[in-house]
Order: sequence, then C-alpha cells, then structure tokens
Amino acid sequence: MTDSPVTETSAIGSAVADYGDLTRMPDARGHFGPYGGRFVSETLSFALEDLEKTYLALRDDPDFRAEFDYDLAQYVGRPSPLYHAARWSEKLGGAQIWLKREDLNHTGAHKVNNTIGQALLAKKSGKPRVIAETGAGQHGVATATVAARLGLKCDVYMGAEDVERQKVNVYRMRLLGADVIPVESGSRTLKDAMNEALRDWVTNVDDTFYIIGTVAGPHPYPLLVRDFNAVVGREARAQSLEQIGRLPDALVACVGGGSNALGLFYPFVEDVDVRMYGVEAGGDGVETGRHAAPLASDAPRGVLHGNRTYLMSDEGGQVADTHSVSAGLDYPGVGPEHALWKDVGRVQYVAANDTQVLEAFRELTRLEGIMPALESAHALAHAKVLAPTMRPDQHIVVNLSGRGDKDIQTVAEIDGIQF
Amino acid sequence: MNRIDQRFATLKEQRRTALIPYITAGDPSPEHTVGFMHALVEAGADVIELGVPFSDPMADGPVIQKACERALRHGTRLHHLFDMVREFRQADTQTPVVLMGYLNPIERLGYDAFAERASEAGVDGVLVVDMPPEEADEFGPLLKSHGLASIFLIAPTTSRSRAATICAHGEGYLYYVSLKGVTGGAAANAEDVAEHLAPLREMTTLPLCVGFGIRDGASAAAVGRVADGVVVGSALVNRIAEGADHPATIAPALKEVLGDMRHALDS
Repeated sequence: MTDSPVTETSAIGSAVADYGDLTRMPDARGHFGPYGGRFVSETLSFALEDLEKTYLALRDDPDFRAEFDYDLAQYVGRPSPLYHAARWSEKLGGAQIWLKREDLNHTGAHKVNNTIGQALLAKKSGKPRVIAETGAGQHGVATATVAARLGLKCDVYMGAEDVERQKVNVYRMRLLGADVIPVESGSRTLKDAMNEALRDWVTNVDDTFYIIGTVAGPHPYPLLVRDFNAVVGREARAQSLEQIGRLPDALVACVGGGSNALGLFYPFVEDVDVRMYGVEAGGDGVETGRHAAPLASDAPRGVLHGNRTYLMSDEGGQVADTHSVSAGLDYPGVGPEHALWKDVGRVQYVAANDTQVLEAFRELTRLEGIMPALESAHALAHAKVLAPTMRPDQHIVVNLSGRGDKDIQTVAEIDGIQF
Repeated sequence: MNRIDQRFATLKEQRRTALIPYITAGDPSPEHTVGFMHALVEAGADVIELGVPFSDPMADGPVIQKACERALRHGTRLHHLFDMVREFRQADTQTPVVLMGYLNPIERLGYDAFAERASEAGVDGVLVVDMPPEEADEFGPLLKSHGLASIFLIAPTTSRSRAATICAHGEGYLYYVSLKGVTGGAAANAEDVAEHLAPLREMTTLPLCVGFGIRDGASAAAVGRVADGVVVGSALVNRIAEGADHPATIAPALKEVLGDMRHALDS
C-alpha cells in the first residue's frame, strides 16, 4: 500500500485522480468508473428512476435523517460497541484487534441498518408489499423484521440449498410473518434467489418495493445500501479516535456482495494511512476453482443483476457456480464500488478458505466468548494472518458483521453432530 | 437496406402483420436449431428471434429458463449461434435473424468481436434484454457500423420521456412488452396494448411488435390487429420441451403452432 494518493489507473475508463474522488461515486448515472450502472429490462427502469428520485430528495433531508437515526438508536440499539479483543490479540502476538460489534444489533447483523433505511423509503412510496433475496437469511430476517413493524406484506426468496442449511433463520422469518419462497432454479443459492426476486418485482412492480440486501444490483441500490451501512464506519472512526486515541492501522471485513465492508470502509476512504482488507470466500481454496472470490481470483468483468462488476463466469459468459461454507458470501459477483476500489488499489482483496474460517470461528468463540457468523469469520481469519505481521502498538478494526447462532447447525454437521 | 427493414417494408405493402417466433438456440441440443429455423420460416415466420442461452435469464419465466438449461447442458455458447446463423444463411438469405439474450455472454466475448462475428454470420439485429439505451452508448454505434439493428424493449411502465429516448435509439422494430412480468405469463390484453401503442405511433415510424402473452392464434390475431408484428416465444418453446426426448417430433409441432398463428393473423 502506498501512502500517496493514486494518481491514475489506466485499467479503468474514467481515471480516479485521488481517493477523494472515491467519495464522489457513483456518477449521476450510477457508474463507479466502468462499473455499476442500470442493466435491467425496461419494465424496471421506471421503478428504479422513481426510487432514485425519492432517495436523492430524502438523502440530505434533516427529517429523514432524524427518523433514520432514531430507529437506529432506539430499535437497532446503535451505536454498536468497538470491543478490544485483548485475549485473542495476545494469543496472536501482534497487533491489537478491535471488533466492531454489529453482531449485537437487533436481528444479529449489520443487515438491519440497510433494511431500516429502505423500509423508510418503502413507507414513503406507499407500496404495501416488500420482497427480498437472502443467502444466509440475515437480510431476509432483517427485512421480515422491518416489514412486521410497518405492517407490510413480505416475501423472501431464498435458494433451496440455503433454505436447507439455514433452517433456523427460515423459521425466524416465518415467525415474523414473512413467506419464505425456496428457489429451485440454477445453483439454488443467493444469485438464483436474486433472479427470482427480480422476476417477482418485474411482475408486481406497481405494489411492491424490492429491498436489496447488498451493495449490488441496479442503480441506485449500490448507493443507498452503502449510505445506510456507512453508519458502521462513522461510528468505528469516532470510537477509534476515542478508545485507541488515533485511527486504526488496518480495517478488515468480509466481502460477499460487500455491504458490511463498504459500510465500514467508506468513511475511512480518504484516511490514506488506514489499510483496508476485503476478505472473500475462498471455499475449498481459490486455486481449486471452488470458491466465491471474484476479486481475489481476478475474475473477468461481467454484467449480472443490473450492474457491471467483476463476475465469476466461464469463457462463454455463463455465470459460474460458487462454493462457500457461508451461505451469505456464496455469490459470483461483488458490489461495483468494490470493483473500482480494487482497480485503484484502495482496498486489498484476499480470500480465506473454509478451513481457516472454521478455525477462526472456533478460536474467537473459545477465547472471547463471542460466536461470530461464518461470514464474519472470514474477516477474522484474515485478521489472524495479518495481526502477527504487525506490532503490538498497532491496531486492526475487524467488522464482526453478524453473530453465529444461525450457523450452529452447519458447524455441528461439520463436527458430525445431528440434533 | 437491412433485411429487417426490407421485410417490414414488404409486409407493409402487403398489409400483413409480422409473425416473429422466438426459440432458444441449442434447445434441446444444438444440432436441431437450424432445422427448427427453417421449419419456422416454412410455417410463416417473417423474422426469427434466436435466443442466446444464459445461466441467469432474469426476465424469463420457467419455460425459457428450462430451455436455457437444456441448451447449456449441451454446451451451447454464443459462438455456436454464429455457426448456426451461418448455416441457416446457406439456404435462406431473406429471413431476418435477431439475436436476443442477456449482456454477459456478449461482454465476455467483447463488443467489437461480437459485432464483427454476428454481422459476418448473417445476423441482422440484436436485442439485449438487460441493456437499455442509456447503457448502450458504446455498443449501439458499434452494432450500427456493422449493419446490425439495435432493437429495444418498451414496457407498460415506460414513461413518455423514456419512450422518446428509446424510439430515438431503436432500429429495426420496437419490441413492446405487453405485460408487467416475465415471459410465458398471462395472456396479452389487446385493448390495453392498443392504448399503449397509440402514443408511440406519434414518436416513431419504426414497426411496433408486441411480445409476452401471445399464446395461440386467437391472441396473435387480437394483438395483430393493433400491432405491426407479434412475437411468440414460450408457446413454441413449450413444444420443444414436450418433444425433447423425441426431437424428430418437434419441427412438425412448431409448424403446427406457428401455422395456426399465421392463419389467424392473415384471415
């Protein structure tokens, strides 16, 4: 990592002059350099233009912000703590590790920050029904939760394979009054759930608000999901100054679509001395091809689900099947803003494989009494690699994006235990 | 003059409505596709839309999703479509062929290479479902320079100002999506279609073709009375699915379905 701003990168269409430019993305048409955009069938264009207009009008509206902040404080329980994992840091024998405790949010993950925000937009739109796609079920639960609170009908699309491996979250959603619709097409995971949600939306666009759960999809979703999650980074930045006395040396977050990572990273983007690591799902190992790491594996550019990004696909442009122990990261693409940040070198994207992830999951649980979500354990796995290479007076903030209760069944099965 | 423009000019003279069948290339397996295309022409097709199979067909219902799966299982990729069209052109130099599909296979090949190879193979137009004109400022001119028409969708939800943009960028014909939804959905409502086509007539001289929800002779005839062309997809692809295990039965079945529509449109 260089300390001086990147001046130009020939790899991208519109040059980013310095990291300050990264705070002015996307452009008016939803492009992050060559990425992002609005690649959708015509029926949805009107709904997206409408959503964009609504959001841009409300984005800086003091009343809207106050309503959002109130819900985050009183309903979600923010701010979430920045916790010094002293015992784990000592064991790793290097940098001090701080955990941004998004796992303590209502519903157990960062996902609720975004669903609270989009629910406010849904309320303004007057549409009586919301839909969502979900992988691990955290976004589905967070959507079902806000839908229950607002009295909106809620349908959640979930890959049939994920329904199987995340039974607890499926039942949680049903208890909250949502219908969970298993998706049998394609690879039966998150990408197929998103296809099906888009098909629903195109059919019911008049009365349905689509709450997308990550910083992907057509413009303006990558923008608004980032904005709603940026509270994570704003808090972490202020907490670091207060608790550490300065900014951290590094940030680490897992990346599937990339919403928790962008939420943490975005408010630090101009802090050039803060290194950033996005950790993708290495599955069986990037070298095996059985993974979900489009950035770390140098996947080609592609277009899926409304945006251009790096996308795992074969030479004929067919989207590749992915593999990860974590349903929430099992996605062949990544948010377009991450694609740009990879190109300009602001974030280093790496992968953690399933074995490393389970090891980190167990270690944090035993040493700190905190059971992380398998998604978040990817970030922990990289922190485990990174910390020993740093000095004890250096600091790493890891986004503990969700809690692991939902993964107990998966881990038990790996341990050969049936309930 | 592009084959598409020529064909619509002839149809206009004859006061006939264009019949535009869609099939997914490589369904149920690649060696059958060219034969199906000829069968469709024999049954009265004016333009053929040849679907590029894609792993994630977001705008399609279950019928075409499964067609894509069958085609992909047999290894059909974009470059095979060029070979199919080239082979089709050996016997048919008149019927326009439009490639219809999603952007990613084209992105992966590269816009330049795609335009060059499609044009060289004898393709006449390209309809990319997930590429509205706003995102086509690089691709559109490239297609044009290779003599390929950019065909765009217009939906019931399209605003007047968007429709004007689409009309300005569109070539060949405009594809009006008769209903909110995916392919293979409910039947098209001809009155509703007529209401939406009327303002478009003031914006463009391009032929207005209507797809989604054209299932049989009756719906084709009803919509055909208000449109310049009708597109039929799932009704044909259904017959391919039914015959997948006995491919020899498929071409006659396609001719029967399309022949009924031709008859209904012309009477």
